[in-house]
Amino acid sequence: MSVSSVFPQLEQLLPRVSKPIQYVGGELGAVVKDWDTTTVRWALMYPDAYEVGLPNQGVQILYEVLNEQEDVLAERTYSVWPDLEALMKEHGVPQFTVDAHRPVTAFDVFGLSFATELGYTNMLSALDLAGIPLDSADRDESHPIVLAGGHASFNPEPIADFIDAAVLGDGEEAVLEITGIIREWKAEGRPGGRDELLLRLARTESIYVPRFYDVDYLPDGRIQRVVPNRPDVPFRVAKRTTMDLDAWPYPKKPLVPLAETVHERYAVEIFRGCTRGCRFCQAGMITRPVRERSITTVGQMVKEGLEFSGYSEVGLLSLSSADHSEIGDMCSGLAEQYADTNVSLSLPSTRVDAFNIDLAQELSRNGRRTGLTFAPEGGSERIRKVINKMVTKEDLIRTVVTAYSNGWRQVKLYFMCGLPSETDEDVLEIAEMAHEVIRAGREAAGTKDIRCTVSIGGFVPKPHTPFQWAPMDRPETIDGRLKMLKNAINSDRSLGRAIGFRYHDGEPSLIEGLLSRGDRRVGQVIRRVWEKGGRFDGWSEHFSYARWVEAADEVLPGFGVDLDWFTTREREELEVLPWDHLDSGLDKDWLWQDWQDSKSEYEQDDCRWTPCFDCGVCPSMDTEIQIGPTGKKLLPLTPVNNLRVPA
Amino acid sequence: MPIAFSQGFTPHPKISYASAAPTGVGSEAEYLEIGLQAPVDPEELRVALDAALSPGLDVLEAVIAGPGSLADRIDASHWRLELPGVEPAEAEKAVGAFLDSSEVLVERMTKQGRRSFDARQAVTRCEVAGAPDLPSEAVAVPCAIIDLVVRQVTPAVRPDDVLSGLRVVAGLEPPVPPRVTRLAQGTLTAQGEIADPLDADRVDVGIGER
Repeated sequence: MSVSSVFPQLEQLLPRVSKPIQYVGGELGAVVKDWDTTTVRWALMYPDAYEVGLPNQGVQILYEVLNEQEDVLAERTYSVWPDLEALMKEHGVPQFTVDAHRPVTAFDVFGLSFATELGYTNMLSALDLAGIPLDSADRDESHPIVLAGGHASFNPEPIADFIDAAVLGDGEEAVLEITGIIREWKAEGRPGGRDELLLRLARTESIYVPRFYDVDYLPDGRIQRVVPNRPDVPFRVAKRTTMDLDAWPYPKKPLVPLAETVHERYAVEIFRGCTRGCRFCQAGMITRPVRERSITTVGQMVKEGLEFSGYSEVGLLSLSSADHSEIGDMCSGLAEQYADTNVSLSLPSTRVDAFNIDLAQELSRNGRRTGLTFAPEGGSERIRKVINKMVTKEDLIRTVVTAYSNGWRQVKLYFMCGLPSETDEDVLEIAEMAHEVIRAGREAAGTKDIRCTVSIGGFVPKPHTPFQWAPMDRPETIDGRLKMLKNAINSDRSLGRAIGFRYHDGEPSLIEGLLSRGDRRVGQVIRRVWEKGGRFDGWSEHFSYARWVEAADEVLPGFGVDLDWFTTREREELEVLPWDHLDSGLDKDWLWQDWQDSKSEYEQDDCRWTPCFDCGVCPSMDTEIQIGPTGKKLLPLTPVNNLRVPA
Repeated sequence: MPIAFSQGFTPHPKISYASAAPTGVGSEAEYLEIGLQAPVDPEELRVALDAALSPGLDVLEAVIAGPGSLADRIDASHWRLELPGVEPAEAEKAVGAFLDSSEVLVERMTKQGRRSFDARQAVTRCEVAGAPDLPSEAVAVPCAIIDLVVRQVTPAVRPDDVLSGLRVVAGLEPPVPPRVTRLAQGTLTAQGEIADPLDADRVDVGIGER
């Protein structure tokens, strides 16, 4: 049965909403396939506005991987702004894909990628607009499988009622395996209905189906256990790891947005995973081991991606890009190839050391030295030991001064506030550091015309990290420290004038903390917040702390717990955590030991250069570190002004 | 394509749009100028741009720009306004009242805030067209069609300003948003026709050959 486009109805509403172009699709790189000649159909959602969602790397990769399959169709959908949501409700227009404007509910799978937990309320809006029951239990065979992925799915318990399944880890192979299971089930005439399909997914042992697990609680509110409620599903569900990134060179055909978006560049992941071991960093913990993409594959991807898209910026992404074993040759090779073009290269997520400046110099050969960013994360030497961010104050000053003396005029420093064991003094040291950066920088640059921006965010303890047991600070404490820091920065007027200060309030972090480490009971809070109008919680102009507190106060006391219980409470070693049945490969004993090491300010080295420290990932996931160098170089390209028109 | 870039710290591609249609209207006649770093065959450029643009954004023609700016050759626009749910007779009455007025003040939100201006003077033609070629199943719904030519003035008078004018003078309130399409733009001739702005450049040579 064919599915028709909702565009004629939608078009009537577009003149009445802001930025209507974000809803029309048709971007370069977009794919529209025939509905009837495909057998498995995916609607992929990044649950935020188009301007944030479109550049998302994960969605672009899966979109392309799926559409390369002949009998598979994948389309994209994003959150609609409240103005359009209201009109769609009024006129009965369902949640649609931007590619062919098909209703989401007609697809086999509705896959949502959660980079952050603050997208949960947007999922409920999308389900509601799509006409899909909010509760998994209320869905039938006419509804798509609602599937969560992305980093937040390493603890999907707060949304367990709303999703049908979750995938942990890398998606490239997972989406193909899921497609295969659905294809087979449909070909067999959908035996056993929706439950059978979910069971087949669960039997892979790497797809989590919440309805097949029961959670029991202790009288004090803690979890007693999470166990399967049927004999044929695994006790623990393991994450996916895509090995050999050279075999998965996606995106090959990056999407080029029509509306303005937050990133407009061709992003190439140069490696996945990180073993630097920063204790706050969930991404670094759950994506192990390190798997590099080789210099030649990166070079090829950049060449073809730029030819396809016409982007003029390339981002070489990873969790710590300067750590790639071939980063020097990669940067100089690419800089050479694009020297006389308008292509600029950027290297986000770099370390605090002089090598970094060398790389940045390579990449800014064309003379544009806009700004450099470093992330010391903690203000004091002590707190940096607590979080295992191994950089000394001397290193940092030396690095920044090198940058200033090499022509950079603007340096950004990233920090966190509210880290475990943090005191006022730890935060105040940020001001001293910034002052010293400016003082030394002025001397080195020989000019007063240099700037430094201190950017500080609230720490949120995340599942599957050594800080998963840690208490959060109250928002008042965070806000108080930020105020103190601001005053300290401005205590010297001459230096203070050269220092910009950007910060986030403590309140959104506390709610992110509730959602990150919450269990199934938190789902009721999310639902209440959404019912009260909560949308776009990642946007300060839409986020309402009062609404979350109110909803938490209505829901949680019924379970004998409260907001503080989930956020500011330190967990004990033996407490069952809501995500213990979800296996990131990290050994819980190792995580606990690393938490203890943090308390004693003991630093943990990187296993790429020192012996294995038994975090548990490689043996339990049957993976290994994949790093170079390959010894290869980037070959010179044919000149880019040799023009050809695509067929 | 070897697009030229502006000089300076953040180079921008050299593209300028001549009187771009407002958001939410259709157009069959948009014009833009592109600066290139190197000679390119116009047809090759057209094909390349068309391939990269969205379905429905069709690049019809490329010519080598002669002297003078494109903007100087565009001083009027020809529009078609479809008003589903509006009886042609009702539209006829409103258009008559509009044309009989020497001035019709309308309001619009601009970047400078709400402002009031005359929507009448810039209109050189406004008439209700004959019955459209509608698909047979749509015959039951009346649909007035207005043929409109507007001169370019400051502040710009757009089709929705003329529709506001029809509301002001005759209380015409379309039940659903009208569908507006720009049919042509260019130089307004003495006979009230619109001359194609590319006519002057439409000569059979490649870029770099003159």
